[in-house]
Order: sequence, then structure tokens, then C-alpha cells
Amino acid sequence: MSNRPQYLRRTRQQWINIALQVLLAIIVVGLIYGAAVNASNNLAKANIASGFRFWNNTAGFDISQALIDYSSSTSTFGRAIWVGLLNTLLVASLGIVLATALGFTIGIARLSRNRLVSHLAGGYVELVRNVPLLLQILFWYNAVLKSLPDLRGSIALPGGAYLNNRGLFFPQPQFGTNFGYVAGALVIGVLATVMLHIWARRRQDRTGEPPRTLTYAFGLIVVLPVLVFFAAGAPLSFSFPEMARFNIRGGTEILPELAALLVALTIYTAAFIAEVVRAGILAVAPGQTEAAQALGLRSGATLRLIVVPQAMRVIVPPLTSQYLNLTKNSSLAVAIGYPDLVQVAGSVLNITGQAVEVIAITMAFYLFISLTTSLLMNLYGYRIRIVER
Amino acid sequence: MAAADRVYLRDAPAKLLPAPVASTGVLGWMRTNLFSSPGNIALTLICVGLVVWIVPSLLRFFIFDAVWSGANREACLPTELQPEPGACWAFVRVWLSYFVYGFYPASERWRVDLFFVLLALGIGWLAWLGAPRRDLGAVYFFIMLPILSFVLLSGVPMLGLADVPTSLWGGILVTIVVATVGIVASLPLGILLALGRRSDMPAVRLFSVAFIEFVRGVPLITVLFMASVMLPLFVPDRFSPDKLMRALIGVALFASAYMAEVVRGGLVSIPRGQYEAAQALALPYWRMMMLVILPQALRVTLPNIVNTFIGLFKDTTLVFIVGIFDFLRTIEAARGDPHWATPVTSVTGYAFAAVFYFVCCYGMSRYARNVEARLARAHRR
Repeated sequence: MSNRPQYLRRTRQQWINIALQVLLAIIVVGLIYGAAVNASNNLAKANIASGFRFWNNTAGFDISQALIDYSSSTSTFGRAIWVGLLNTLLVASLGIVLATALGFTIGIARLSRNRLVSHLAGGYVELVRNVPLLLQILFWYNAVLKSLPDLRGSIALPGGAYLNNRGLFFPQPQFGTNFGYVAGALVIGVLATVMLHIWARRRQDRTGEPPRTLTYAFGLIVVLPVLVFFAAGAPLSFSFPEMARFNIRGGTEILPELAALLVALTIYTAAFIAEVVRAGILAVAPGQTEAAQALGLRSGATLRLIVVPQAMRVIVPPLTSQYLNLTKNSSLAVAIGYPDLVQVAGSVLNITGQAVEVIAITMAFYLFISLTTSLLMNLYGYRIRIVER
Repeated sequence: MAAADRVYLRDAPAKLLPAPVASTGVLGWMRTNLFSSPGNIALTLICVGLVVWIVPSLLRFFIFDAVWSGANREACLPTELQPEPGACWAFVRVWLSYFVYGFYPASERWRVDLFFVLLALGIGWLAWLGAPRRDLGAVYFFIMLPILSFVLLSGVPMLGLADVPTSLWGGILVTIVVATVGIVASLPLGILLALGRRSDMPAVRLFSVAFIEFVRGVPLITVLFMASVMLPLFVPDRFSPDKLMRALIGVALFASAYMAEVVRGGLVSIPRGQYEAAQALALPYWRMMMLVILPQALRVTLPNIVNTFIGLFKDTTLVFIVGIFDFLRTIEAARGDPHWATPVTSVTGYAFAAVFYFVCCYGMSRYARNVEARLARAHRR
């Protein structure tokens, strides 16, 4: 060491830094080790197994909504957790679609030149953002949906649906054997439209001829599947819900828990998305719009070609984090008993007592989603970065 | 030349043009802002319809037809005189002390009141940017206040303050305690984590990044579950913290990860010249941070800190799910009281809670916006 030249020797500060890091590592490892020792002692005392062997044991509890086959007597804990996970994904994806639609509407309304509209939208945002989500979920569930009439007083809705405090019952489509052709036609239509659009865009770049693909798109996406539908002999029927004495038979239903969660998540997240959208549109410098007008673009084209692409650059990252928030917030389902991942995991935890494993599984799922999304966001940020000279 | 030949001269005054459409005054404002185009007129009409449809019925329910006093559910049930009674504020009045203090013993409630006053003092001291000696305020808020409140609320028999176990605490008291502990713990922890994330020591950086990303990647509920179910497993039996304490630890850890990101934003926004100038003055790391960087960074991020705190304040409701009697939980409990079982009890309870949270959060967000505007002005000079 003493042979090294002066400039390569570590200074006192560097040695202190290394010592600090070693100390931190020792503390962290020590804490984890201590926790593990205590946990195994405490678990042994309480006679609780450890490890993931419970995954294949029979669950033995009911789940009120399952997207995959599930029965309490034969399905395993592992299956139960998958059911919960799918329920989380269901409510999150529905919520994201609805909240995006509502959020963009409110966000644009906030920028409206009509003062009444912009103030109403502003009032909505302020009101919804400043009231806790859990309170809103409880409100929709306990105060609104639970106070709907009971089975006997079910409200009959047009189209053969019923609404009561046990949920919304509506006709379930029954697909015939030939329905695959219709779905196939739809897929082909969409693919052909995408290709047509790409071709039209290229032609526009080459010749300046504007793309007029709307009629063709309508034909491919709507008319083609409808024609195939009738050609295949209309392979679709509905199972209508029918009032029986103690329940409703047939049809399919939306649980009030799902509905309350969905409504609350949509309304809450939409307020945040509205702010994101507003900030994004305001972030586009007014000179951009003026320059577009100076080039003779119409207001629709200005919006579509100049404002929206630049606004999206600002909007997308915070929008994704709102989507993540919505997904994480869907775990509040546990308060009203919607069987999402956290709620099902809670049941598994109560039965097996294996807190560490169950919570680890739950966290791993949310972490996976969050980290994947932020990875994608970084890639997106890299792709859309402004390339400066 | 005769005058009649000069045809380009008018012999009669031109016809008067109509006055231009007013663009000022009430009518002008309405014309430009509400009725500028057919689409706008339609929008305006829809909105007016919406307002006319909703506002009177809300007013009717919450004020005009509301029941303001009564001893039990009889007062709020539909009668022949009043087939559709409004909100049952009598219910809130009867349960109000429960909503504020939970089961805190009635004879000791002055301690809670005193805690509220001390807290308000601390918040006022820190929030008023022109207050004298705000550094002392910070010492008071982050060091003295936690000790004082702990002594006051949970009691020290030696000082003549009877023990009050946390299982008796409830209502707004618990909500405020959770929120206060959250901010008092998360700001210092968050600053440390933010500095750690920007440190050039790899082990420190790795630890900070891992902690922040882990906590931000999972829902608060799972952190609370972890704190309330796993924490007792991780410590020897006799040190097992009580229920409220566990939730407080969970909230504090959760909030500090979010605070760290906010503080980091502030640190990033400080121009590099400030760091270099401090180093040129040969300030060691901590003095550079304490004297030069952090005072500027925290000032810039104050609005974001307040916004994070608003989120934290709303998130305190989640301790409800791990069985702690916060304000929302007391509403839920009172709502189920059979003496007050009426069709409007739930709505009234939730409306009361919503007003409480709204007033607190909206107040804070207005404050954040004012600070932001003030900072922007200072920046522009």
C-alpha cells in the first residue's frame, strides 16, 4: 500500500465512507437475520408451518366472484390466489378504461372556453381529490348500492336487466358454435384497417394525398363482421335473468362490491387524470398552435397533428403512474369484501397463519406490475425524448 | 362646376350602423364565455340543467329538510308530516364526542384538546413563512412536540397523568396522531433516503433505491398488513408493539419513501453551481447539505411536501382496515348503532366525514398553491 503513489492512496474521507457502508451492510444484514431468527422462533411456538407447501392444499373457503373455475371443496389455496389476482386485474383494467374516458373528458372540459363547463369540471376535481378514496368506496357501497331495493322490489331495466341490492343482473350472451367465424372476421377487419392506415400514411408522405380511410375502416370493422354474423346463421342468443322466489336465475351479474369499487375508483382516478391531461395540454407552447395556424392547418388538424402528440409526451408518464395508483388502490376492495388479491390473500392468511409467505406473494405481484411498468416507461421516455442537435 | 356634378359627395348622412355587440359587462361576459357558438350554447344549457337538477335537492337534503336535533332515530324517520326527511345531523351531534375522542376517558379529554392546541401551534409556526425563528419551530415540531404529545396522550402516572392505553384512543384524535407521526417521521427519514439515493457510496445508494422502489411499488394496505401481522413475528415476544404503534410504523415507512422522492426532486432542481460553490468553500458534506443545499431544496419543494402530506392524510383512513379506530372507523361503528338506524344515517355519517376530510385537504392544497405562487414570484424577481 505504501508503495502506491500519493494520488492513488485513499484519503481519510474515503476510508470513512467505506467503513460507513460496511456498517450499514452489517446493520441491514443483522436486522434481517434477527428478524428471521425471531420469526422462526415465534412461528415454532405458535406451531405454524413455513414454506409454500400450503399452495397445494385445499382452500375450503368460498369466493363470491371467480373468473376461472373455483370451488371451495376441491380447489387449492394456489387456485384461490389466482382467482383473487384475476379479480384484481379485472377491476383494474375496467377501471383504467373508464377512468381514462372520464378523466380526459373532465380534463378537456376544465380547459373549455365555456366558463360554466370549466368551473363545473374544476369543482368536480377539487371535490373528488380531497375526499379519501376509502370513504368514497364505503359511500358507494353502503349508502348507495346497499340502499337499493331488495330482491322483491328489483328495478327492471330496459333490455331485461334487473337492479337490486344484490347486484346488477343482465342477459348473458350465449355464443353458438359458428360464432368463431364472426370473431375471426372482426380480427381480420381490424388487422386490415391497421394495414390500410399504414399504407395511406405512406402514400400521404409520398404524394401529399390525405388519407381517406374512414369509410373503408367502418366497412371492415363493422359491416364485415355483421355480414358474417348473419351468414353464419346469427349464432348468438341470450340467457335472460328471471325472477324466482328467493333469487334470480339465469343471466349474469355484477356484484355490488365490484360495482361500488369500480365507480369509486373511476371517479377518484378520473380527477387525477383530468389534472394530468390539463397540465399536458397547457404544457404545449401557444406558439405551436399559432405556427400551425400560420401554416394553414385547420383547428382539428392542429389539435391532431401538433398539440396532441406534444401533449402526450408530457401526459403519458404521469398517466401511467395514475394507472399504477388505480391498480394499487384496487386493494381497498378488502374494505367492502370484493374478492381481490389482497382480500383472498387475507382469507388464506387467516386459515394457514402463514403471514410471511402470503404477504410476500401479494407484494411480489404488485411489485412485478410496478417495476415492469416503470421499465416500460423508461423505454418510452427514451424513445420519445427530444433529440437535440 | 356645379355642386350637383360632384356625385362623389354625399348629400345625406350615411345610415347608422348598429352598435357593436357588447363584449363587456355582464351580458358581454355571458356572450363571450357562455354563448359564443351553438355548441357552447348547448353545453351551457346542459350544465345549467345539471346544476338546477342537483343543487336544490342537495340543499334540500342537507340543510332545509335536515333534522338538527333529536335524541334517537325517531327524529329522523319519515313521518306523515315529513315523508322524506333530510340528513340526520342529530345523529352526528349525539355521536360527536365519540367521533373526536373515541373511547378516551371523558375526564382526561382536556389532554387531547391540549394536544390539538400544541399541534396547531407547531403547524402555524412552520406554515407561516414570515414567522420568527422558524428554525426553533422546526425543533419544536420535530423533537419537542412528539415527546410532549406522547407524555400527554398516553400518560405518565409519575406526573399525575393517568395511563390511557391506545386501545381507547379513537376518532379524529387517531387520524391526527397517525398523520402527524407520518409527517414527523417521514420528513427526516425521507431526507436521509433522498440523500442516500444521490450519495456516491454504492451500498448506501443501493439500500435507498431498493427501499424506496419497494415501498412505492406496493399498496399501503400490504405495508400495513405487513406491519400489523409480520412485525410481531420479527421481534421477541416481550417487545411486541401495540396495534396502533404497528400501524404508525407502517405509515411512517410508507410515507418516507414517497417523501424521499419529493425531496429528491428538490435536490435535483438545485443548480450544480450551488454544490460547487459550497465545495469551493471547503464545506464538508453535511455542512454543505445543512447550510446550502437543503434549505433551498426544501423551500422549493414545500408545495410538493404539502401535497404528499395531503395524500398521507387521506391514506390515514386505511388504518381502519387493520382494525384501528380512526375517524372513518368511528363513523362506521356509529352508523351501525340500532338506536339511530334510519335510511339516512349512513349518508349523513359519510357526508360529515367527507366535509371533515375535504376542509382539511382543501385547506392544505390552497396553502400549497399560495406558497407555489409566492415562490414563483420570488423566482421571477
